[in-house]
Order: sequence, then structure tokens, then C-alpha cells
Amino acid sequence: MKLTEFQAKQLLSQHGIAIPPGRLVTSADDARVAADALGGRVAVKAQVRSGGRGKAGGIAIVASADEAADAATRLLGSELNGETVNELLIEQAVDIASERYLSVMIDPSAGRPLLMRSDQGGVEIESMTEGIERTVLPATGFTPPDPFAGKVIDAFAALDALLVEINPLAITSDGSMIALDAKIELDDAAAYRQTHPASDPAEGTERERAAAELGLRLIELGGDIAVLANGAGLTMATMDAIVHAGGSPANFLEIGGDAYTKATPALKLVLSQPGVRSLLVNFCGAFARCDVMTAGVIEAWTSLRPDLPINFMISGTGQDEARAMVRELGHEPHPTMESAVKAAVAAAGASQ
Amino acid sequence: MIVRSHHRVLVQGITGKQGTFWTEKMQQYGTTIVGGVNPKKAGTEHLGVPVFGSAVDAATQLADDGGVDVSVLFVPPAGARPATEDAIEAGAKLVVVLTEFIPVHDTMAMVAAAADAGSQIIGPNTAGVVTPGEAFVGFMPAFDDRIFMPGNIGVISRSGSLGTLSAVELTRAGFGQSAFLGIGGDPVSGTSTADAFAMLDDDAKTEAIVLIGEIGGRKEEDAAATIAASSKPVVSFIAGAASPPGKRMGHAGAIVEGNTGTHASKKAALTEAGVTVVDVTWDIPAALSDKLGA
Repeated sequence: MKLTEFQAKQLLSQHGIAIPPGRLVTSADDARVAADALGGRVAVKAQVRSGGRGKAGGIAIVASADEAADAATRLLGSELNGETVNELLIEQAVDIASERYLSVMIDPSAGRPLLMRSDQGGVEIESMTEGIERTVLPATGFTPPDPFAGKVIDAFAALDALLVEINPLAITSDGSMIALDAKIELDDAAAYRQTHPASDPAEGTERERAAAELGLRLIELGGDIAVLANGAGLTMATMDAIVHAGGSPANFLEIGGDAYTKATPALKLVLSQPGVRSLLVNFCGAFARCDVMTAGVIEAWTSLRPDLPINFMISGTGQDEARAMVRELGHEPHPTMESAVKAAVAAAGASQ
Repeated sequence: MIVRSHHRVLVQGITGKQGTFWTEKMQQYGTTIVGGVNPKKAGTEHLGVPVFGSAVDAATQLADDGGVDVSVLFVPPAGARPATEDAIEAGAKLVVVLTEFIPVHDTMAMVAAAADAGSQIIGPNTAGVVTPGEAFVGFMPAFDDRIFMPGNIGVISRSGSLGTLSAVELTRAGFGQSAFLGIGGDPVSGTSTADAFAMLDDDAKTEAIVLIGEIGGRKEEDAAATIAASSKPVVSFIAGAASPPGKRMGHAGAIVEGNTGTHASKKAALTEAGVTVVDVTWDIPAALSDKLGA
């Protein structure tokens, strides 16, 4: 889960990291009140999660409460990199002597946290080619380079974060360090033991959110061949095969893992996508049992009775029972994935 | 280590529904199950083997018979780290962590603890490992001879379902397997692609290797140097060429972020290392035949 700047700064502040005084507002009137209370120059900052916010015009530095209200009127309801701006952070402007970069993230290759520091602040890390100090943090016995970095490293662990990035990290004229901007991404798998605000609006389309509520992973892709498969790898490979055979997948939807019992609602979701001309069911059971998944598909299929060509490829745990069910439905399961994919692509083409 | 039929396997979470279902399958296949763990049912017997309060208890009480070589976890996410640490303390040389959705900070701690103790973790979020004709550990359909059959092809996969499909394609074409190593779909893994490759490279029964990767992370790129240094023929399929960037494709580790983790990057690194990278899974057997000069 990616947090907004405001959410990130609240959490950092709870871990003893200095942040500028600020308030979250959702109207121009409140922006005026906040700017007035903070006094002097303030920053008006759109609370969106996408990067490149400053470049896209999402931050205004203003000198008065009236100007803050004007900036708020302009920003609220506008689109920044595809995200609608609903919240603004009104923040006291900081007297900056210099700007640095500091982040901690997971380094998957090392299997450890990675600390990155640079004297160039305010620049996107991807565009920095040199001057970045990278340190893979050992499991024990690491001495942080300074107390601020130590606090960020502690917060990274305590929050079950995947990323804590402070950019810029401002050095003020009196020499103190303050987090001017902050990005945090939290590990969804650790939500059960964390208490931070679950205020992340679900991402994605309406159908994707409906799927997420059912514990299913759906990504709509806009093609005409609906895919139902189990397991992330198999589902991706099925999409790849459809494209290779000249077709276009309508979705990524996998019902692997504990979701394998949810074939019925899963199928109903993919069949509700507009423009679907063909359905490909590709099951390869390991933990997920083909017989359970196929029974779910058949239940949805017989209740919806869609006028669509359907092609099955079934192998793995429970395949004999599953294939028998498909035959009872009046379809012959394909002997190979190749023939199932090619038939599904041909069927989509024929119904155009 | 590659699991053999003589290796002594402990099942943590043996009495649960999945633990029971898959332990029976493992026993029927030939895996040597020496006991299980459930703190609430210590002292009882389940599926003909003793149930212990912890892996350490199991190792202590089974010490005269040879202790525990391998432990497999049918344990929910919150219990995975303590169960793994218990297995490591018990002296298990290999810990197979099937659990999905373990917080990554726990995984990092588990991997560090294993490294300290000289143990190896496979997973998390793996379907397990299969040594066809000998033993399997996890939830793989090893028992179906239309899927897995003994032979000399080693298979590495980040995905259980896609790994199974690859085994189906190999078996149908007459290529038996020496070992299947499911390394799991998480970004941080106890056994990397490079580690798994080295295991198969060292295995005398393995003549050629099939590497099933997927988009996200750098596991395949990191393995390229190890692969290039090996004389064994390698064929690879990398899932996710048709996946949109920036979306997490089911597996926690399967996401293209910026320029990292793309299909193109992995294909280029592996091709450079001498690997034949095929575009669809059904082309694996033919590519293997070419490589082997068959």
C-alpha cells in the first residue's frame, strides 16, 4: 500500500523524525484558515500517490492565506498524472540551507534492507547516475551514519515498510534535519499486525475492486479473450500464449492459492467484462484442485448460460474428475495448452 | 540439497486440513515422514507418525533415529517466522516454506537466521520440491505419472502452477525430470534462482535444466553469471511478456517497476548466458531436444 505524503509524514513523526508543521485540508476555505494559522510562506501540496507531482504542477509555494486559497481552488478536483486531487497538505515553508536524499527499501537480490543516501536532494533517484551511497544493511551490528538515518531505518522496520524515501531531506539554516517530502509503501502482508490508518482507497476499476473484495486478483486488459487460470505464473503464461497466437487477453484473473474455491464469482466477474468473445479456462492443479475449480466454473456457466465459446485445458491435481465434469457439460477438454489457446483465439476471431 | 527418499521430513502443521491431505500424499509417494508438529496435540499420533510440541522437541526425541533433515511448513503467515526459527534450531538442513503472504521483514529475518545456522530455506510462497520417483515435499501433484516422471531434466520455477504445466509438457514429450525446485513467488526468497541453478548444476543426475521465470525483480538476471559458467544445456520460459508494467501480477514479486524486472531484460540476460528462451511453454521440449542434439 502506497501512502500519501501526509500519511507518510504522520507515521515518520510518530517515530521521532522531524516534519514541517502542516495541516490536511479538503477545501479552499480550510486552506485559507490553515495558511493563516501557520503564518508566512506556505506550501500547498496535492496529496496524490504518483511520482513527479512537483513537475506536474501539484505543488505551489505561496506568500499569503489568500494565495493559498487560490492555489487550493486550482488544485482541488484537478487531475495529476491520472489521479484526482481530493486532499491538500498546507505546510509551513522551510528555511532550506541544502537538500539531500535518503531512502530505505527492500533489496530483493540481497534479501536485506538497502540504505541509499545522496547529497543531491529533490532529484528523482532514477535520474541520479552518481553520488549515491548504497549500503546493504546486515541483520545485526549496523551503526547508522547519523541519528536521522537511524530513526528512518528503525521506522522502516517498525512499520513493516517496503520503502521509506525522504526526498528532499532538508538541512535548515540552523543545521537541523527535516523531512520535506516523504514516500512510504507498506507491506500489505503485515497489515494484520500494524495499526496505521487503512485509508488507502482501493485502486483499480470497479470490477478490479469487486474482485479484490472477494480476495481475487483481477487486472482488466481490454482484449476479447477472457482468461480463468490458477496461479500467478500460469495465468501470465496463458496471457503470453494468447498474444503469441495472435489473440488479445481480456484480463488477468487467477484463482490460485486459497482462492481456488472461488471459481464461481471469479467467472461471473470476467464474463461481465464488455467485449468478451471467448473464454479460456486453463487449470494446472498443484495445491489448487482442478475438480473443485472446475465444479465452480460449471456452476457459474450453467447459471449464467452465456452465449460464448469456451475452451478448457485441465491438468494436475484432480484432473480426471474435472475432465469428466467438462465432458458432462458437453465440451471436450483440450489435450494440450497449445490447442486450447489456439482454439480460444480462433473462436474470438470467428465471433467478430 | 535435493530431497531424496531417505531424507527425514517433519511436517509443521500436520494436523490441519491441508497438512493432513498433503502429508498422506507425500507418504504414499515415498517421502519419509518422521513426525509432525502441533503444540496443542503434542504426544498424539496422526497419519501413523508422532506429533510433537515443536520441531526442537521432534529433533530431540527422534535423535536416535536420525533426527530431522527437512521440515515443511503448513503454517499461516503470522506463525511462519517462529515455525521456521524452530525448524532451524531443530537442525533441519532444508526448510520448505509453503506459506504465502508472509511479511517481507519476517522473511528477511528467516533467511538471515537460516544463513547463520547453515540451513537453507526454500520459499516462501512455494508449492515445494519434487524428486520424481523418490520423494516430494509440499503440495505438488508428484503422484500423477502424466505430470512428473523420473528422468534427467532439472526444473526451476517461481510458480507452482506454471512449474506443474512445464512438467506436463516435458513428460508428454518423454523428458523425465531429475528434480523440480519451486523457489516461490515472493520478492525475497531463501533460495534464489542462482542458488537453485547451482544445486542442479552440482547434481549428477541432472543433464539439462529448464528455468521457468517470471517478470519482476532480478532473480533471473542475478543467475545469469552462474548459468553462463555451467556446461549444462538450459532452456527458459519467462512468464509475463504480455503483462502491463506497474501491476502486481498475482505474485508479490511479479511486478515491473520502472526499468526493473522486464521480460526483455531477463530474456537478454539469459540469452547472453547461452540459454534458449522460448516464447510459449509448449516450445520447451523442442528447444530442449535442439540443445541436447537429440
